[in-house]
Amino acid sequence: MKKIKPILLKVMTFLKSLLIKLAIPLLSIFFGFFAGAIIMLVSGNNPITGYAALFDGVFGDIYYFGETLRMMTPLIFSGIAVAFAFRTGLLNIGVEGQLIVGWLASVAVGVMFDLPFVIHLPLALLAGAVAGGLWGFIPGILKARLHVHEVIVTIMMNYVALHVSNHFIRNYMLASGQRTEFIPATASLSSDFLRGLTDFSRLHWGFLLAIFACVVMWFLLWKTRKGYELRAVGYNPNASSYAGMNVKTNIVLSMVVSGGFAGLGGAMEGLGTYGYAQILSSFTNLGFDGIAVALLGASTSIGIFLSAFLFGGLKIGAANMQASANVAPELVEIVIALIIFFVASSYLIRWVLNRLQSNREGK
Amino acid sequence: MDYVIEMINIRKEFPGIVANDEVTLQVKKGEIHALLGENGAGKSTLMNVLFGLYQPEKGEIKVRGKTVQITDPNVANDLGIGMVHQHFMLIDKFTVTENIILGNEPKTKYGNIDIRKAEKEVARISELYGLRVDPKAKVEDISVGMQQRVEILKTLYRGAEILIFDEPTAVLTPQEIKELMEIMKKLLQEGKSIILITHKLKEILSVCDRCTVIRRGRGIGTVNVSETNQNELASMMVGREISFVVEKEDAKPEDVVLKIEDLVVNDLRNVRAIDGLNLEVKAGEVLGIAGVDGNGQTELVEAIVGLQKASSGTITISGNETTNLSPRKVTESGIGHIPQDRHKHGLVLDFSVGENILLQTYYQHPYTKNGVLYYPKMYEKAKRLIEEYDVRTPNERTLARALSGGNQQKAIIAREVDRSPNLLIAAQPTRGLDVGAIEFIHRKIIEERDKGRAILLISFELDEVRNLSDRIAVIYEGKIVAVVDPKTTTEQELGILMAGGKLEKEGEPI
Ligand SMILES: Nc1ncnc2c1ncn2[C@@H]1O[C@H](COP(=O)(O)OP(=O)(O)OP(=O)(O)O)[C@@H](O)[C@H]1O
Ligand SMILES: [Mg+2]
Repeated sequence: MKKIKPILLKVMTFLKSLLIKLAIPLLSIFFGFFAGAIIMLVSGNNPITGYAALFDGVFGDIYYFGETLRMMTPLIFSGIAVAFAFRTGLLNIGVEGQLIVGWLASVAVGVMFDLPFVIHLPLALLAGAVAGGLWGFIPGILKARLHVHEVIVTIMMNYVALHVSNHFIRNYMLASGQRTEFIPATASLSSDFLRGLTDFSRLHWGFLLAIFACVVMWFLLWKTRKGYELRAVGYNPNASSYAGMNVKTNIVLSMVVSGGFAGLGGAMEGLGTYGYAQILSSFTNLGFDGIAVALLGASTSIGIFLSAFLFGGLKIGAANMQASANVAPELVEIVIALIIFFVASSYLIRWVLNRLQSNREGK
Repeated sequence: MDYVIEMINIRKEFPGIVANDEVTLQVKKGEIHALLGENGAGKSTLMNVLFGLYQPEKGEIKVRGKTVQITDPNVANDLGIGMVHQHFMLIDKFTVTENIILGNEPKTKYGNIDIRKAEKEVARISELYGLRVDPKAKVEDISVGMQQRVEILKTLYRGAEILIFDEPTAVLTPQEIKELMEIMKKLLQEGKSIILITHKLKEILSVCDRCTVIRRGRGIGTVNVSETNQNELASMMVGREISFVVEKEDAKPEDVVLKIEDLVVNDLRNVRAIDGLNLEVKAGEVLGIAGVDGNGQTELVEAIVGLQKASSGTITISGNETTNLSPRKVTESGIGHIPQDRHKHGLVLDFSVGENILLQTYYQHPYTKNGVLYYPKMYEKAKRLIEEYDVRTPNERTLARALSGGNQQKAIIAREVDRSPNLLIAAQPTRGLDVGAIEFIHRKIIEERDKGRAILLISFELDEVRNLSDRIAVIYEGKIVAVVDPKTTTEQELGILMAGGKLEKEGEPI
């Protein structure tokens, strides 16, 4: 009996700290939807029907649910890419570009080779990761060697990626219209099984890879020696070099791994959703959305999974919102932006919470 | 009774720990009131409550007789309470004046900042209290002592009547401490009241009027300083007798462990910081380096541990040359190192205490196997050291950030000493520690010496150097200018050597 009390106490404090951690994302989501409701009201729509249609557009039909999971897949990868770099003290704004080159490289390996499935698919995935990793390596090495800030370089690398990829497709790989040939089945992630389950959505095996990637990120950062070093360098490079860690190689490594995850995100689109690469007139935004996913998910594996689901759902549900409630799909973009705004200004929310608490105690 | 501040039965809890348990503190107008207590006793916490950074769970605060709710630092400012924190809160890239007026800027009639007026005002206040600062200098370019004066000016500029100093002397050189004491006396003359946190009992005895002691979060009592002495204060604080002299036998020095020959090191600005330095430290002895801050102590240490490149000269540890090897290689050749700046170099504050304790050994067996960390073993080890070195923390998974300053230091010392290195470099090892902990650390260092380790001690506190060392090397402008015997050399003589002077009696080299 005596032993139970301390355990209970521990569980209580754990739950309390969990609640505090969840408070900010949950409140931000609430505020985001709330503000969205006000906008709908002002623009002459009924927010209840609007949100009901949105919800219906995700859960009402197994097809849309499958599409939501499909949409989540690259978002998980780009969220992980941002979070991994962030955990090690780096701001990778270049996930978009890393994703684009990953997409192109995986499709290129897909269409150029004729190999059995067990080699072809892994090789194509690897190509995506390597290309993304290379795109991360450049800002990493510039930061480590010449102290060039990674934000600047990664932003510029996005444009380089976009135009380089378009150039390659246009000049070497164009098949019909604006896109490359389809990849053969031996390099494809698409799954008749998953499609069958979800009423022929475009859900593919990549979704399972994304879940696996969440586990990998958690394991790498918190269970391995390298992860310990990467986190230490991110928190305090001075103390890390005192402790004998090589700060420079760790910076480069972190950018490479982050870029690798982003590249895989691109491969999900190339080998899974579409089966080809195309000339892009503008950014895919999948990489930029990764920043939002990581931010709302507090750079944790579970958080990234959940927030990718939220954002994926919002994007898919938006179609139904327009079809059955006549709400412009842009509303969803506004809600997403507001959620991020509230998370980013979490300081404000925390301040309000503290105020409320101390008022209560003051009485 | 005329109290400016009364904190009555304050209770403040943190997850897993009661930092203040019914503590009462009453400060009279126009006095310097000392707050004394072991590391982690809850002094900073109590002051943060007074300054509005934490909300107490229980208790009452009265300022000038009126009950108040100090919900945030702005309220404290309005009540005339100012605080100089244990770790400074200045913006490096801003000038002294910009830092002082931040948040309280005087405006011209066009609405932009009237920097002229601000500079004049800063100059006026600094004149009034004898706080020498250069209003136009950037904070990153000025000394620690001046940074502290900027912090003081910041509070005065906001009209503080009651000033809280949280361990102001821990980061200062002896000379700067003297100046600070003078400044405090000036502040009193101008009608201010002061609360002073310090671990140095001598300071309390020399400037304070009364002293409140807390132990493990509980108030023990308040005494008049004129009616007490060092030993009484110490035993009130730790609950047992403390010995202030280090008991040790004569050293039995053996082989040379650290040998430095003609070392030259240029600092970050490419100025010659170490200029042809020669030094030997033998197994079984403590060699203390005495010197005024800025004569190459930092560069010497960093060159030995591999963080700064030597331009010429050699460093040999236990017979192996380690000049310009990587820090990891140097560490593995058998040195332990307690860095001078624990927040910058000693700890990863956002890691747990346990992770910090393994910061030098995490990659070794049995903590890492095939690249995978084995946390149970890490925490097992951390737990043992936390117990052995009396690091006061709720448990080994608590973030290092949440520990009191002194307990952070103990965690570092545990990590470095436990590896039983051949050479232990201790830079300001007892900075910010309470007398009980200092006694403990000093005993540990002597114990290591007696086990046959070589100890290189760098400290700005002459008492510490004289107490612990078997030989004292005086560093001046990047060279060792004399090596003397602490038993036959007086403090005055050391002072002369440290200032670059020569002694009459030619100290025979030992
Ligand atoms: N923010 C915090 N979160 C959790 N625990 C804390 C926090 N701040 C302080 N503590 C704990 O409260 C206790 C009192 O800490 P405090 O910093 O007040 O000590 P102190 O008397 O100032 O010690 P020192 O002389 O070492 O600075 C310590 O055990 C510390 O670990
Ligand atoms: Mg303190």
